[in-house]
Amino acid sequence: MEMPDPDRGVLARSARIVARLAAVLPEDAVISDPLETRAYECDALTAYRCPPLAAILPSSTAEVAAALRVCHEEGVKVVPRGAGTSLAGGALPTADSVILGLARMTAVLEIDTADRVIRVQAGRTNLSVSGAVAEHDFFYAPDPSSQLACAIGGNIAMNSGGAHCLKYGVTTNNLLGVTMVTMAGEVIEIGGAHLDPAGLDLLGLICGSEGQLGVVTEATLRILRKPEGARPVLIGYDSSEVAGACVSDIIKAGVLPVAIEFMDRPCIRATDDFSGAGYPDCEALLIVEVEGSEDEIAEQLGLILQIARRHDPVELREASDADEAARIWLGRKAAFGAMGQLGDYICLDGTIPVSSLPLVLRRIGELGAEYGHRVANVFHAGDGNMHPLILFDANAPGQLASAEALGAEILKLCVEVGGCLTGEHGVGIEKRDLMSVQYAPADLEAQMAVKDVFDPGWLLNPAKVFPLDASSAHRVAAE
Amino acid sequence: MSLDPGTEAALAEAVRDARGPLVVRGGGTRGLGGGGEVLSVAGLSGITLYEPGALTLVAAAGTPMAEIAAALAAERQMLAFEPPDLRALLGTGGAPTIGGAVASGASGPRRVQAGACRDSLIGVRFVDGSGRVVRNGGRVMKNVTGYDLVKLMAGSHGTLGVLTEVAFKLRPAPASMATLSLAGLDPERALAAMTAALGSPFDVTGAAHLPGEGRTLVRIEGLGGSVDYRAGRLAAVLSAFGAVAVERDPDAVAADWAAVRDVAAFAGRPGDVWRISVRPSDGPGVAARAGGEAIHDWGGGLVWVLVPEGTDLRARIGPVAGHATLVRAAPETRARLGTFHPEPAPVAALSAGLRARFDPRGILNPGLMDAAEAAA
Repeated sequence: MEMPDPDRGVLARSARIVARLAAVLPEDAVISDPLETRAYECDALTAYRCPPLAAILPSSTAEVAAALRVCHEEGVKVVPRGAGTSLAGGALPTADSVILGLARMTAVLEIDTADRVIRVQAGRTNLSVSGAVAEHDFFYAPDPSSQLACAIGGNIAMNSGGAHCLKYGVTTNNLLGVTMVTMAGEVIEIGGAHLDPAGLDLLGLICGSEGQLGVVTEATLRILRKPEGARPVLIGYDSSEVAGACVSDIIKAGVLPVAIEFMDRPCIRATDDFSGAGYPDCEALLIVEVEGSEDEIAEQLGLILQIARRHDPVELREASDADEAARIWLGRKAAFGAMGQLGDYICLDGTIPVSSLPLVLRRIGELGAEYGHRVANVFHAGDGNMHPLILFDANAPGQLASAEALGAEILKLCVEVGGCLTGEHGVGIEKRDLMSVQYAPADLEAQMAVKDVFDPGWLLNPAKVFPLDASSAHRVAAE
Repeated sequence: MSLDPGTEAALAEAVRDARGPLVVRGGGTRGLGGGGEVLSVAGLSGITLYEPGALTLVAAAGTPMAEIAAALAAERQMLAFEPPDLRALLGTGGAPTIGGAVASGASGPRRVQAGACRDSLIGVRFVDGSGRVVRNGGRVMKNVTGYDLVKLMAGSHGTLGVLTEVAFKLRPAPASMATLSLAGLDPERALAAMTAALGSPFDVTGAAHLPGEGRTLVRIEGLGGSVDYRAGRLAAVLSAFGAVAVERDPDAVAADWAAVRDVAAFAGRPGDVWRISVRPSDGPGVAARAGGEAIHDWGGGLVWVLVPEGTDLRARIGPVAGHATLVRAAPETRARLGTFHPEPAPVAALSAGLRARFDPRGILNPGLMDAAEAAA
């Protein structure tokens, strides 16, 4: 992965920069010992590593602002970091950058179940936002699979999704306001507990901007009353075409499940061996979940099963109690762990129009054979968000490179059929150089114009999202 | 004189060749136009892709809303955000277009449950102020590839670019619906009733209070058996606030919510109309300070008010966490007070910066969104 040359001037001034940061932050909030900064050398995309110049752990918006003012004056690049769970390398440092970690900003600032909002500091984990309102029977809807660990600030940066977004939407649909500090250290408030913007929708622009427009320190999130209940059904088919047709028919019938998950044969086998979920041996497996009271669940599942039967399933498994429901989800929830048992893997998240599903699965199989890698597919079928898992051996020379090359081919295929490179993980460093596959130069210029406005010095989260050749004129102009 | 291009390329050329301000127009139903040459998008019309099984629709920006509504109705689907038709309120004519709905970013009562226009919008093509064609998002409902200009374009009123194509995720149209209503509540009690409904697990898709009629309305939608069940449970919750009437006739339910959506109660009556977006619990207080007559939608978070002509409503309601938009008024009032709420200086600077980058010559609906900024 090509990265810009580190700023030699900044490296030469590193002692002064660290001293200036230490002057505006608590003593234990500045980390510059090379042994300790190594803890920040990568995120969940571990193939790429680079220790930062320093890491800082502010505790308040005021401390973030003070630190950013220093970095701005010194011309130091800043990489915001939530919990470091990015699969796209969104928090990968550069040698001349300061990591701004949100780990100490975990407070709940306000809970208001009447207005159905919660306000938290951005370092709070996704699951603990729901945890904070659970006693009132409310929850925060977006549920990325890393929700135990990932931070709201990171969710906002990447516009994270989850399994239940078919009904509830992704982060941007559940975010009402932010306190954000600009690279120049200015604190701004955007949105709040009201539902729409006063002027241009800057909140919509900030969400998903991968920490390149500002550092979000606090967020107002929409919370919802928990449904009365939820139950999955498991449906197995002999072919992915038929499973795809079943998904399409369920959607056309007017039922809106909260989740429709899809697993292909390699994934079914691996997860079943690993978890003992007792999945059928078939080509394609669907897990469809609906919510409501007992009677409402029965009404929706009745309709779904009727549709499923029309497509001649090899297996239909209902859950009569919570244990059986948990067993249906068991393998799916263990999918990533199960694949990890088989070897190293790259997890992609390209999204496709649901109608292209059979074609894309077939082509992925062919491409995998061509490159000599096994690929298993598990994905959110209702919204076309795929998760092809490419297996490789990190210790075998050349394997990572060929797995990455296969990944790039699969993502190009997603774009070809009318989809996109990433549905919920973000571009980060991982898909940066593929951006020109999806976007024409004018499309990228329009996005980079936004960056120019918010961060004219191009100091925030450098070398991500935009291919280096495409951004070079902007970065040169910024110097 | 007006420009009426028939293709995106011709529209881009018209923008590039423009020598002065352009008034971007869809169906001309909003009545917001300033001075300049009219650039009509009506010539870019037609549904380009509709996949009911993927809940996806793509259409040229000038496509009439009626055409889209008919196509969706044939598959029992809908645009989730319930776009308002404000022609009667504004006293305007024309045929509303899908691009106009996106440019104004307006959303109806279902906002509280299904999100706003920007939440349904998944892709755009537009021509920026330099005449460049830009594409963002696409036709899939989960997409975090690069910055989200889709949200930025929704509600930008044609000031950043001229929309040429828009893509949406859709919803199944509900098989069944019900309105539960209460009579004679004051705004505080009505807020409490709406809050109880929206805080219940019964998936409320609309909550409005109409003081003029003395009615408070709560809507539920879904499969028939589910609506029966939830209507019963919600009626029990709402019985704490008075006698609950349940309307199950689909036409009557639709008519009630169309009236809320289109602010029908203020149509054809003298006075200025303002739209105030606030935290729901601030709604009754804001309405009281505004004076005049109010309609409360979005569970109290959206307050429409009808006040005497020329009223400086923002001065009346004082500082509020939210904003007030002038929807209907004489041009001199609009010029004096500004359509949009003044933003704090650092936020206004970012908005101005974006306009300067997307429309460097300042020719797209100039002054429409930044007048307040200039006046502030």
